[in-house]
Amino acid sequence: MSLFATLCAAHLRLAWRGGQTVLAVSFLFIAVTLLPFGLGPELKLLRALAPGLLWVVLAISLLATLDRLFQADFEDGTLDRLRLLPLPFEAALLAKLCGHFLVLVVPLILSVPLAGLLLNIDGARLPLLLAAMLCGAPALVMLGGIGAGLAVSVRRGGLLTVLIAMPFYVPVLIFGAAASQAALTDGTPIWPYLGILAALSAATILLAPFAIAAALRAAQD
Amino acid sequence: MAESVNFDSDTDFAGDAFLRAEALACRRGGRVVFDQLSFTVKAGQALHIGGANGSGKSSLLRQLAGLLPLAAGTLAHPFTPSRQIHYLGHEDGLKAAFSVAETLAFEAALAQTDVPPKLLADLGLAGCDWQFVGDLSAGQKHRLTLARLRLDRRPLWLLDEPLTALDESGRKLVDDLAAAHLARGGMIIAASHEALAFADERLHLGAGT
Repeated sequence: MSLFATLCAAHLRLAWRGGQTVLAVSFLFIAVTLLPFGLGPELKLLRALAPGLLWVVLAISLLATLDRLFQADFEDGTLDRLRLLPLPFEAALLAKLCGHFLVLVVPLILSVPLAGLLLNIDGARLPLLLAAMLCGAPALVMLGGIGAGLAVSVRRGGLLTVLIAMPFYVPVLIFGAAASQAALTDGTPIWPYLGILAALSAATILLAPFAIAAALRAAQD
Repeated sequence: MAESVNFDSDTDFAGDAFLRAEALACRRGGRVVFDQLSFTVKAGQALHIGGANGSGKSSLLRQLAGLLPLAAGTLAHPFTPSRQIHYLGHEDGLKAAFSVAETLAFEAALAQTDVPPKLLADLGLAGCDWQFVGDLSAGQKHRLTLARLRLDRRPLWLLDEPLTALDESGRKLVDDLAAAHLARGGMIIAASHEALAFADERLHLGAGT
């Protein structure tokens, strides 16, 4: 197994074992369940708001998982080890983020259809909604990773991570909600939005590891 | 662990390698920790760094590993940190949720090798395979980190307090590992408050260096 796959698998296993997947998915469900109570049981209203709401809930659940993304590694010396592997530090971090995506973000996205039922979403349109989320979610992970990297030396840095990452989420959420809206209404092409989401993800996958590595190196000085 | 452990020695390291530090300085939080620090270590030699708490022993090791920038001075050695330097610091980098066997498999995968049989027994951890790292004692965890030195043959070892929490046989284990490493032409720079049997030279950090 390559170093990249080893690191990815290790993070995946640790996160799974820590019960983070179950926690994150439960969080998403609870949040979606609460929405109708706040908005009222108006089915038409829920259906109209669902795309945007689901994106916001996905983003918040995802941010909640990023809280201690690098903090444990920072405290237990794992970051030192990652910097002394025959693999660029940036690549090691990307491996970790890949593991994070697989073990937490994919289950979150897959639970969206079920959560969507609670908001009266049209089942036939769900595949397109899922496609939009899969295109956009990598960008959310990478941008959140920058926030987690910058907040790593702060002891209770969870809230700080959210504060740093949230503004960067705005473009992804705008195009994500637009894509979902297009997916749920007839006659609107969704492909341009998917393209932009995928481009945002590609750009952040390429650039964010450098920013995160720089933030973590600075925190260790 | 009564008998001496047999550490299979494969290829020797380059005999002409050396590490030379010239006029190194370290600054932490605006304070100069040490300044004008110079020393040389040759292949097959071990340097013991001593000094009071806060004299910069750990910082020096991190600088040598390339984890902390030099405030001043030059460092010359032929090693690529990511392939040829082992740094065992205060934080062990172990994951409490992994079992001992998993940890070894992970370490071996990082070293791109296989776990040699008897490795656990050599480390004095026989029978601990399925125990979680979080349930090990401090000394046992420390022994587990020593597996890295065995799995990945790197010529320069930077050890921070290599004897912490170890019992008599653990100390002998470190001594045996170090002696075998030095015999192969490896280098060791270790920071410790205790006497290190394997080190032949000593550098004292403190006021005035």
